[in-house]
Amino acid sequence: MSQSFDDISAQLKRRHRQSTHLKWVSMGALGLAGLFLVLFFADMLVKGLPAFQQAQIQVQVDYSEQARQLPLAALNEEVRPLVSRGYLRLIPRRIQENPQLLGTTRMEWVLADSQVDQYLKGHHSKLKPGEQSVVERLQAQGRAELKFNTTFFTNGDSKMPELAGIASAAMGTLLTLVVTLAIAFPIGVMTAVYLEEFAADNRLTQAIEININNLAAIPSILFGLLGLAIFINFFGVPRSSPLVGGLTLALMTLPVIIIATRTALRSVPESIRHAAFGVGCSRWQVVRDHVLPLALPGIMTGSIIGMAQAMGETAPLIIVGMVAFIPDVTNSFTEAATVLPAQIFTWAGEPDRAFVEKTSGGILVLLAVLITLNATAVVLRKKFERRW
Amino acid sequence: MQTNQIIALFIGALLLLGLIAFFLGRAKATRVRAGGTAMYAQPDQYAWFTVVSTAGPALAVSAVGGFLLLLLGAEIPTLYLLAGSLLVACLGLAIGIFMVRPDFHARQAIERVIRWVLAGAALISILTTFGILISIVGEALRFFQMQSFWEFITGTTWNPGASFLQAAGRAEEGSSTAQFGSVPLFAGTFMITAVAMLVAIPVGLLAAIYMAEFAPKRVRTLAKPTLEVLAGIPTVVYGFFAAITVAPIIVSVAGFFGLEASFNNALAPGIVMGIMIIPFISSLSDDVINSVPDSMRQGSLALGMTQGETIRDVVIPAALPGIISASLLAVSRAMGETMIVVMAAGMRPNLTANPLEDMTTVTVRIVAALTGDQEFASAETLSAFALGLVLFVVTLSLNLVSVIMIRRFREKYRVNNL
Repeated sequence: MSQSFDDISAQLKRRHRQSTHLKWVSMGALGLAGLFLVLFFADMLVKGLPAFQQAQIQVQVDYSEQARQLPLAALNEEVRPLVSRGYLRLIPRRIQENPQLLGTTRMEWVLADSQVDQYLKGHHSKLKPGEQSVVERLQAQGRAELKFNTTFFTNGDSKMPELAGIASAAMGTLLTLVVTLAIAFPIGVMTAVYLEEFAADNRLTQAIEININNLAAIPSILFGLLGLAIFINFFGVPRSSPLVGGLTLALMTLPVIIIATRTALRSVPESIRHAAFGVGCSRWQVVRDHVLPLALPGIMTGSIIGMAQAMGETAPLIIVGMVAFIPDVTNSFTEAATVLPAQIFTWAGEPDRAFVEKTSGGILVLLAVLITLNATAVVLRKKFERRW
Repeated sequence: MQTNQIIALFIGALLLLGLIAFFLGRAKATRVRAGGTAMYAQPDQYAWFTVVSTAGPALAVSAVGGFLLLLLGAEIPTLYLLAGSLLVACLGLAIGIFMVRPDFHARQAIERVIRWVLAGAALISILTTFGILISIVGEALRFFQMQSFWEFITGTTWNPGASFLQAAGRAEEGSSTAQFGSVPLFAGTFMITAVAMLVAIPVGLLAAIYMAEFAPKRVRTLAKPTLEVLAGIPTVVYGFFAAITVAPIIVSVAGFFGLEASFNNALAPGIVMGIMIIPFISSLSDDVINSVPDSMRQGSLALGMTQGETIRDVVIPAALPGIISASLLAVSRAMGETMIVVMAAGMRPNLTANPLEDMTTVTVRIVAALTGDQEFASAETLSAFALGLVLFVVTLSLNLVSVIMIRRFREKYRVNNL
């Protein structure tokens, strides 16, 4: 078969064009993945940033004898529906704590109802037209404003969106992670040290290795089933508590820490060990005084990443009951608590439109913490990474 | 006294004994050495050995006692148990001091203890697997005593609604009996997983090809960690994103084409799950493509093949076991994914081939069964464990196949870092 020079050069052109196509298509795929990321963050920011602002209105509060019995009486009729019921409820207590307030009338900035908040942010709101005009008038007088939302960071969960905050969930996350770290870190590092430095390469060691890789790939919800059946039903650990949540997450984080620690130990060159053995160190002395200190940055990096993973985990915690409604900040390991992702999950299920904003706000806080953790891990690795 | 106080007292006493042991042991060792006798170990090592011999047996006794107390329901009062442990500690202290002699290898003894402790820690991961297996299998067996296994595997109706009446002994009052046919759940899981894979595999693989074969080094070092961010986002966040943002978009797009889509359609969680899995596939495939030996590329290019042809006909086929392995891992990840489907997929078991309808999945039903307020022994609650068992078996086999594939790849090209 003979082909003319033109045929071959046309064929060559086509082949090179195909090659370029592949390059562009694959580049497009990477771009698409990046686009997803950008869209996702943009969406979360647009939805969540308003949560850090909350409407407040300046109203005349009349601390009268009547208001002590009936808080509504402290406000004039016009602004009553605009003020958060959570604020009204506190008026009698404030009078009780501060008796000289009684009989005075003050202008105060108070938390507005979430509908006012939604209205001021330009969202759909259930305010009646009359109430809307009141809000507009207040706004024109500078008596209705969006201010930085401190309630969001100091309050626990609430059924009233304007009072709902992440404080109790943040505390729950902290307690749970303390338990997780206290269990997963020592056991993980010890397991890795045993497998890398002590164990002979026998059946048992291989079984443990295969097992660890499998554990890392088991769906997280199954750890929840384990926590429910073993920790709660069998050992009687209190349900919904940071203790049971932390234990469950610890088992889940264990493989991550083990694998990271093994990699870190493996990257310490043999010559260090030989030198230490050479001057008469025992195996444990070699590990404790030479190998572990050199591997420590790697171990820390792996543990931080593992903790970040545990922090974002929800499914197993739902199974062990950590989706409770927790209005007050508790700092006990055995009382019911909730964690940030679970709080996000609870809020996402609320029908009230104002909670969408709270949910996104909570997500932004969670993402900020996770990104900080991961960035710390990366910086740590960059700073202490040693090439031998 | 309360149990907490007794335990605190016990720990305090044990710490004190340990401290005493340390100083007594060291004092004796120093004295012996000062006498001019050569010893096998340093005084500090003898001191640590005495501490271990004091605290070790005592902790072991109290742990065994506590275990008996919890597991077998043995009636040992905590006070007696801990007092007994302290007695053992004192005994251990005496023995430890007695053992401080020049011809005793204290360092080796400590070494042995440490080895056993480390091995014990390593066993915990095995115990975890057994724990998962026992807890799931045990409860699943209880479920299958109530419901037929065959019905569970082949039934097409999942309607656990009436089971709590049966558990309460009032079965006749419910108009319908509970049915546990898991086929619609697995159909839903399969559908959502398939959608996720349709998104993740092409995008992930092509992105990996670009990063490994075309991209300049700068792009590569930037793109890889950026993609990893996608994998680090908590699933509950993805679930919210799928339910609030993606699902309405899909409904309106479907409406534009004259199709009717449910707000809990299977497409939204599928697509978002696919996005979540992209970095998983791209990262693994990138590693695999990078470890295909360069000599193969050079050989192909030397024969006059274009870069695209080299990738398509040489690099990808060589890397295929690794790519398949990554995809299988991704499938197992997608099947076990919970939060996205709980928040964005439906609750209604629905056997359909239309991804625009609402479908539910295995993990959704597990969560639904365990967050309700039924008592633990009801068939609905136990059904969660039966579903969990199937999930465990399926993901485990996928993982095993994937490990075998990657091992085959590794042996073929003698790569060690995969």
